[in-house]
Amino acid sequence: MERFVRLQALAAPLLRPNVDTDVIIPAREITSPTRAGYGEKLFSSWRYLTPDRRPNPDFVLNRPPFERAQILLAGDNFGCGSSREMAVWALRQFGFRCVIAPSFGAIFQANCHRNGVLPVVLPAAVVEALGAEAGAGTLELDVDLEACTVGASGGRVFGFEIGATERAMLLAGLDEIGLTLARRDAIAAFQARDRDARPWIWSL
Amino acid sequence: MRPRSIIEKIWDAHLVAELGDGQALLHVDRVFLHELTGPQALAALAAAGRAVAQPALVFGVIDHIVATGPGLSGSAREQAGAAFIRSFRDLARRAGVRLFDLDDPRQGIVHVVAPEQGIALPGCTLVCPDSHTCTVGGIGALAWGIGSTECEHAVATQTLARRRPGTMRVEFRGRPAAGVTAKDMILALIGRYGAAGGASRAIEFCGEAVAGLGVEARLTLCNMAVEFGAWTGLVAPDDTTIEWLAGRPFAPRAAHWEAAVAHWRALATDDGARWDAQLDLDCAALAPQVTWGTSPAHVVGIDGVVPDPAAAPDATARAGIERALAYMDLRPAQPLAGLPIEAAFIGSCANSRLPDLRAAAALLRGRRVAPGVKALVVPGSTALKRAAEAEGLHRVFAAAGFEWRESGCSLCFHSGGDSFGAARRVITSTNRNFEGRQGPGVRSHLASPLTVAASAVAGRIADPRALAPR
Repeated sequence: MERFVRLQALAAPLLRPNVDTDVIIPAREITSPTRAGYGEKLFSSWRYLTPDRRPNPDFVLNRPPFERAQILLAGDNFGCGSSREMAVWALRQFGFRCVIAPSFGAIFQANCHRNGVLPVVLPAAVVEALGAEAGAGTLELDVDLEACTVGASGGRVFGFEIGATERAMLLAGLDEIGLTLARRDAIAAFQARDRDARPWIWSL
Repeated sequence: MRPRSIIEKIWDAHLVAELGDGQALLHVDRVFLHELTGPQALAALAAAGRAVAQPALVFGVIDHIVATGPGLSGSAREQAGAAFIRSFRDLARRAGVRLFDLDDPRQGIVHVVAPEQGIALPGCTLVCPDSHTCTVGGIGALAWGIGSTECEHAVATQTLARRRPGTMRVEFRGRPAAGVTAKDMILALIGRYGAAGGASRAIEFCGEAVAGLGVEARLTLCNMAVEFGAWTGLVAPDDTTIEWLAGRPFAPRAAHWEAAVAHWRALATDDGARWDAQLDLDCAALAPQVTWGTSPAHVVGIDGVVPDPAAAPDATARAGIERALAYMDLRPAQPLAGLPIEAAFIGSCANSRLPDLRAAAALLRGRRVAPGVKALVVPGSTALKRAAEAEGLHRVFAAAGFEWRESGCSLCFHSGGDSFGAARRVITSTNRNFEGRQGPGVRSHLASPLTVAASAVAGRIADPRALAPR
């Protein structure tokens, strides 16, 4: 997995609450059973006008300089709804490496951790203030996963919390499956005990 | 031993190893896959040179993209969808997992099939790369939705690493009145406590109103735990659950049945168990619920009105309501009842099971869908579709002007192709009213199948309590 250590980049504001994964990547845009090709489809219902798919000039990511933003400032419960991991793939393939919000949909947040995208939880008031500032297109943030801080101009530093496991996974770009397979003896021992304790689970 | 909740008991029984930092490696008893998000997991696994660890515990269904027109021909709802079906078939065969393909009578919506076939069981852990996996909590399983990468982990190792969840107990007090269903109970809960009210916790739903629900209604209740922002939700197994499971195709056979039942009964939460949060909701005075906005939390009783953004607690909430009203083309203080609708949909993992179809048919018998309303009913599985047809329900729906479809997810979400046509305002028994969820510009009002049926007849959002079942 792609590592995330530190990122100094432009932030884009999208502070609506409850932005769901159907909006991040509509189901009709999921047209291939592979992981590629989602960047141009990110937020397509908002980003493009129908019927000719012209860019909507009013949508934030269509306005320079936000096409090069790598940090998204988002509203409460960002990424709620469908578990579709294409939502994270679309954000990443557009160029985002970090989403900052007051809270996240749980499955979306877990999917971020497994795709080298850092979900940062900051208080709503901080996100709103940064979001208001970001509208001018000049807000550069310094997201440091080793220090667990978000730095902004004027020496402002906001600390954030993240699980030690998720942090280690992102910092090192770990292969979680490989780590678990190294415990195959413990898994086999559990399963041997469980076949005795709950044989009906195994007699399919 | 200290008193434990059902959630702690299931968690402890699946603990393979503590990983530190509050994380545990949990055994996963059942993995379900479908053709929209399953192929990516199986393809990545194969690309990494890894195999499915326990193919006998992994099941696949085709439900999401398949066209639900007559005959389940195997075509997709839109052209690109065929690639998902082909790819999934091929990958499932090579991985050695059981696939309930389109010609299999066990085909259906994944969260309908898992309990219906007796594959999901009380006290088991079950995952699927689909957010509504929490539905299966209705049978007493600890079941939750994951992404495709976590799914790859689940099939490669038959485990998942997770942080021990916070726990919550939600008590539904009182008995709901006739015409008020599990769907109304869960919508009311989300309306009262918000779309993030579940705070990523594992919830036990309990109380008099839950005890009185059949298993299918409990599945409906748990279906929307994810819309409540919970990690998952479940209902402890009881006599209702055990009777319902007996004799199902994959349920424990005679040799194991008694031991399994004893295990399931011991799952009940101990007196004095600790909860991180407890909520309650009185169901005795509950009205049928209908959503007005673009979040399931945007909901009121059917006798209620659209809220005024000016009354919102803060600027962000106000902007959210204003945006929802603009999308839904509604005004503050407008009554929900009487709002003209152009389409009606009964189906999805929320509400597509036999009791849902029976209840809707009872309202539709001898009545007609209002002129100009496009009405569809999509049974949740091929097996229950056949059972409904054996009772003649398909004829009741057809006579009323509902299109009777094959089983699948259908228009719960728009994937291109199949659509509500020109209809913009839809009353729907599904679980998500997000912007564009059921089609570009489509305005979805979530409600119970009863409310959908009553509204289809009226051509307007209508209170099902005013129509006598026939």
